[in-house]
Amino acid sequence: MSDKNIKSINNINSIISIDPRVTREELSIVPDVDPIKDLHHWQTYEVFHQTKKGDRHLHVGSLHAPNPEMAVILAKEQFARRYKCVNLWVVSTGDVISTGYDNEDIFDTTPEKVYREAGGYKVMERINKFKKERKQST
Amino acid sequence: MKDLNEIQTTAVKDLLYRIADDQLILGHRNSEWTGLGPILEEDIAFSSMAQDKLGQSQALYQLLNQMGEKDPDTLAFTRSVDEYKCCHLVEYPIGEYDFSLMRHFLFDMSEAIRFNMLASSSFEPLAKISRKFKGEIKYHTMHAITWINQLGKGAGDSPVRIQKALDECFPLALGIFEPSDYEDILIENKIFFGEKELHEKWYDTVVPVLKNANLKIPEIKDPEISYGGRKGKHTEYLKPLIDEMTEVYRIDKDAEW
Repeated sequence: MSDKNIKSINNINSIISIDPRVTREELSIVPDVDPIKDLHHWQTYEVFHQTKKGDRHLHVGSLHAPNPEMAVILAKEQFARRYKCVNLWVVSTGDVISTGYDNEDIFDTTPEKVYREAGGYKVMERINKFKKERKQST
Repeated sequence: MKDLNEIQTTAVKDLLYRIADDQLILGHRNSEWTGLGPILEEDIAFSSMAQDKLGQSQALYQLLNQMGEKDPDTLAFTRSVDEYKCCHLVEYPIGEYDFSLMRHFLFDMSEAIRFNMLASSSFEPLAKISRKFKGEIKYHTMHAITWINQLGKGAGDSPVRIQKALDECFPLALGIFEPSDYEDILIENKIFFGEKELHEKWYDTVVPVLKNANLKIPEIKDPEISYGGRKGKHTEYLKPLIDEMTEVYRIDKDAEW
């Protein structure tokens, strides 16, 4: 914050905002709360949701919790209160091993290799067959 | 049991009012935390459980309605303060979060045992409802026990605060088990095992959890210290709550929602 945004009222520096309502509040520029300590930063957990026994668990989001027990308790209302769920997994975000976005290029595939994508030619075969049949019938 | 006779009907209705009024008032109290919870995730969980309470009370008022009482909205919103049969514990303001959590723990543990007992009631409509509530209440107690452990064994001022909350809530919680005038009728007809048995089972269940969380069980000399609610004698906190809860309803009683 630059100096021109601070005015002195009764010898206390307070915030001058473009919103006059904020200025009128005479908010101190020195925060009157403790600086956030490490303790206040709970770690995050990734939540996985299973709709049916035997189905795979799907990642549905993440949440803050101080430990795994609290994470699973809080995840229930956070992610399973509206939709059917039979089982939840929570995994500490720190335990997830990732390829990293700086390696994003390893997923690049040269365009000529589309035949490697199983869906590609199977579907095309059927589409071509369908087109051929339609052409014959008209 | 097929049909209830007159005195049995009165006994069941009295029981239903006690349970439903507890849930309605505590559900309303706990919903006061919505938007103010200590963290977002807990705010959502606590608000959602408050909604469960209101939903469950509605089902019980519905049953009362089927037994000849007025419709659920009328029962929830138009009675005078001394017609409510809730216990004093649920009436108290939300206080600090430690108080609300401890109340949630002590009350919901009693509720879980109560509905477990009622699941085998000879009065089938009530048994059926009680079985339906099982999952919701199980989560409520899991949530409560996790928090009690968390705070009792926690660092900083949390063990001191949660102990203080226990000291405040415990005598109030004994009011849950204030016997009605119909205990014998309920027990004889296997409708409900009665408040005395519920109280004993509750004590045997909550004490190990509290001790495990390093908390000290307060000694209560007068077990009837918080009695009165079941007979319509309430704390000063109930009237303002009901006034606020019914404010919108009173503006237009016939409004369609």
